Amino acid sequence: MTATTLLAATSTSTGEAVQFWILGTVAVLGALGTVLMKRSVHSALCLAGTMIVLAVFYLANGAYFLGIVQIVVYTGAVMMLFLFVLMLVGVTAADSLKETIRGQRWLVALCGLGFGILLIAGIGSASVESFAGLGAANAGGNVQGLARALFTDYVFAFEITGALLVTAAVAAMVLTHRERTERRKTQRELAEQRVREGKHLPPLPAPGVYARHNAVDIPGLLPDGTPSELTVNATLRERGQVRDVSREALADLAALERRTGEYLGRKGTVPRAVRSAADVRDDISDDAPDTGGGRAGDRDREAAK
Amino acid sequence: METLIGLLVAAPLLGAAVLLCGGRRLDRTGHWIGTVLAAASFVLAAVLFADMLGRQGDERALHQHVFSWIPVGGFQADVAFRLDQLSMTFVLLITGVGTLIHVYSIGYMEHDERRRRFFGYLNLFLAAMLLLVLADNYLLLYAGWEGVGLASYLLIGFWQHKPSAATAAKKAFIVNRVGDIGLSIAIMIMFATFGTFAFGPVLESVGETGEGTATAIGLMLLLAACGKSAQVPLQSWLGDAMEGPTPVSALIHAATMVTAGVYLIVRSGAVFEAAPAAQTTVTVVGAVTLLFGAIVGCAKDDIKKALAGSTMSQIGYMVLAAGLGPVGYAFAIMHLVTHGFFKAGLFLGAGSVMHGMNDEVDMRRYGGLRKYMPVTFATFGLGYLAIIGFPGLSGFFSKDKIIEAAFAKGGTEGWILGGAALLGAAVTAFYMTRVMLMTFFGEERWRNAPAPSPEQPDVEPAARGEYSVPHPHESPKSMTIPMIVLAFGSVFAGFLFSWGDAFVHWLEPVTGFEHGHPPVSALTVTAATVVALVLGAGLAWAQYGRKPVPAVAPRGSLLTRAARRDLLQDDFNHVVLVKPGEYLTRGLVYLDHKVVDGAVNGTAAAVGGLSGRTRRLQNGYARSYAVSMFGGAAILVAATLLMRAV
Amino acid sequence: MNPVNYLFLAALLFTIGASGVLLRRNAIVVFMSVELMLNAANLALVTFSRMHGNLDGQIIAFFTMVVAAAEVVVGLAIIVTIFRSRHSASVDDASLMKL
Repeated sequence: MTATTLLAATSTSTGEAVQFWILGTVAVLGALGTVLMKRSVHSALCLAGTMIVLAVFYLANGAYFLGIVQIVVYTGAVMMLFLFVLMLVGVTAADSLKETIRGQRWLVALCGLGFGILLIAGIGSASVESFAGLGAANAGGNVQGLARALFTDYVFAFEITGALLVTAAVAAMVLTHRERTERRKTQRELAEQRVREGKHLPPLPAPGVYARHNAVDIPGLLPDGTPSELTVNATLRERGQVRDVSREALADLAALERRTGEYLGRKGTVPRAVRSAADVRDDISDDAPDTGGGRAGDRDREAAK
Repeated sequence: METLIGLLVAAPLLGAAVLLCGGRRLDRTGHWIGTVLAAASFVLAAVLFADMLGRQGDERALHQHVFSWIPVGGFQADVAFRLDQLSMTFVLLITGVGTLIHVYSIGYMEHDERRRRFFGYLNLFLAAMLLLVLADNYLLLYAGWEGVGLASYLLIGFWQHKPSAATAAKKAFIVNRVGDIGLSIAIMIMFATFGTFAFGPVLESVGETGEGTATAIGLMLLLAACGKSAQVPLQSWLGDAMEGPTPVSALIHAATMVTAGVYLIVRSGAVFEAAPAAQTTVTVVGAVTLLFGAIVGCAKDDIKKALAGSTMSQIGYMVLAAGLGPVGYAFAIMHLVTHGFFKAGLFLGAGSVMHGMNDEVDMRRYGGLRKYMPVTFATFGLGYLAIIGFPGLSGFFSKDKIIEAAFAKGGTEGWILGGAALLGAAVTAFYMTRVMLMTFFGEERWRNAPAPSPEQPDVEPAARGEYSVPHPHESPKSMTIPMIVLAFGSVFAGFLFSWGDAFVHWLEPVTGFEHGHPPVSALTVTAATVVALVLGAGLAWAQYGRKPVPAVAPRGSLLTRAARRDLLQDDFNHVVLVKPGEYLTRGLVYLDHKVVDGAVNGTAAAVGGLSGRTRRLQNGYARSYAVSMFGGAAILVAATLLMRAV
Repeated sequence: MNPVNYLFLAALLFTIGASGVLLRRNAIVVFMSVELMLNAANLALVTFSRMHGNLDGQIIAFFTMVVAAAEVVVGLAIIVTIFRSRHSASVDDASLMKL
């Protein structure tokens, strides 16, 4: 990394060579990972890795300012923006790498190989034996040197770039901003709308009512012992992670009845309603029995839809 | 005096403008405005004539440069008038006969609701015709030439609600176009050769150019004359032009417009003298037409069409005379003037007969009308005697001179032309006697309701089975007076003109004159002419005077049937011109569809097919486009390396 | 070792990035591949700077970074907008520009 002090050299230090070959491999692997990883989050992480390696290379090449900027701006800000958008768009689904455009893969292979080989051949044929090194240019400090060039020779480009950045910021806002086309509804209007639409008005019931459990994945039971779907989170329902314990509860109830009967000396007198409810629970999705809880069950299902 | 020349044209032009733009509020007075302006033009002409008589021969011609019309570099077209003796003759004829026919039309068109328009067209015609004969260059003459063509078209088709009239107007217009092309080409050749088309320079220098140029100009002028004057082969329109109102037939298609061709040939005499071949062609055309028209006139049962055939024939005489050179020019014009009188009179007489006969035109439904229309009979009879060349009447003097001049051409040509003219005189006597006998003599065939003629199913009104017995009566004064005036002209004009060769000397400064020397004495020719007319008239009397005229035309000989069909001129045109034109059009359409469209459509299909295939490159996938960009970048790198290597 | 090796690495990374742009359908990954290409270019510029002994290459690389930042901002905004209206971040789904 310090071999840059040479004014005109033909070779860098061995340390830099070692560093190049190790980190260069990492960079290429990262790049390949970026392209080939199925999940875009992995791609982003691979890219971040490559960028950090490149930052190290910048530092090795005497571009201290750029090396730091690379890490702070690129790896820090830009990649964070990428991840942010990834989260916004959805991270769960893995991309399919199956090609849908006919012949695209072959064309890409052809063009990529051709381009890469030509580029590398071109660089190779340039046959640069010696290099100047940045010793003289960085003599007054890399940042100072850059700043001097930036605010003298490149000042117009710098100004225009500033304008570009502002424009980009405004553009991003314009693109993502959704114009409100109507007046925001007042709370009263919202309430009236909910009543008109027949939505569930009171707060949703908490899980575990009439139940032995109050874990979030266990639905509360309605008075007739059937589980209420409203009591569990929709995401858990979608994932099929609801634990249905109604059968257990009914069995407990039946056992309680039986024990009570035995204790009181009655025989075979399980209450009618409880028995029928227990039979019906075999198939939750079916119509509820025409008992007292039937109406509540209907309403729940409607709300679930 | 010169300014009056412009007024000559301006007066009827003003009338036309006022009448055609004035609208309905002039309906009640329009005919008087038209007539007064025509008469004003005639008075001006008379004043100018008197003024001209006051000067000596060579100084009589007047020139007036009104304004520069189209001055473009070497192309100088002026509106300039030339009033010399030739123009003066025409101006007097046109305004005189024109005024009389205006007067006649007041009565004839009395019940027509579009009378104002009719007078507007008549005035327009007068203006154009005067422009034609007064023009001092060929381009202005061409303007008048087209103007009379337009007026003729408008007036033939005046009763445009009749399909036959509309068709006839179109036919006249189109056939005239053929002739007009000749005139325009002649003017172009003149401009190309002489750099001008004013009469003076052209006629002076035409003798110095090659005979080929002169012949070309002459033949083109002859084509123009053939179109306007209904000469073979462009004669087919004149018979149909009789669909127009009778005053129109009298003024335009008998007395004035159709003689414009003769005027053109006489005016361009120097051109024809420089081109003997063209001159001979003129005489041949004249001779052929005079026989052609006469034969057609013999077969027609429609009184106006018989007179139209006669007009064609008489103009054939004039063209023949005009083709003879200075020997004949004066006689051509003289015959033109006398013909203007008697043929206008005959047409007005025919119109008067039709007026009294419910617009019946079929002579086979006339007969014995002399008792009912004495004035018409008398004037028509005098016109008849004049046209057949009865000794002492005007036709005798003019026609006899033409026949004489034709014989004087000399050699075989002279005998052929003279013989044709003589034969024409006999045939003229035949058909005119026939018209006379069928109309005014014999039994009163109009009393019997005839069956529709199978030969002429379009004859009105029998074809509709609505025949009502007419009540023949004499026409009103406004119609008879012009007829009487014209009858006077028919009787005395020839005598006046021939008195001491007055007319010949009058025209001599313009057209020149040579005495023809016929191989036989002039007296012999005159005698032969008289014999011919007696023979013709006698033959007609034998056929139509002694025997009753059948109400339905007999089948007749082959020649009669052909003559009824205008000697197959329409059939000829159809086969020779229309059919090839149709085939050419069809061929062109086929060519257009198959070759031109084929090439265009083929190219389009090829491009379309190619596009359909290249279109697949545009599949909407940005990645596909990116591949092509990437490939392009690779090629750029390759090219850069290649350039470096080289 | 000669610094030219950095250039070879840059070429390699650039080609990999380009291939990624062409192969991947997820717009965000495509975008990341573009970033990879830009970084490869930056590496080349920095290496040029070193080889020539002046700072112009670094200046250009600096500008590239700024422009890339602006590009990322706008590009991601576009991706978000498209995703919002089409519920997809696949570049192949936005294939309306065809016959």
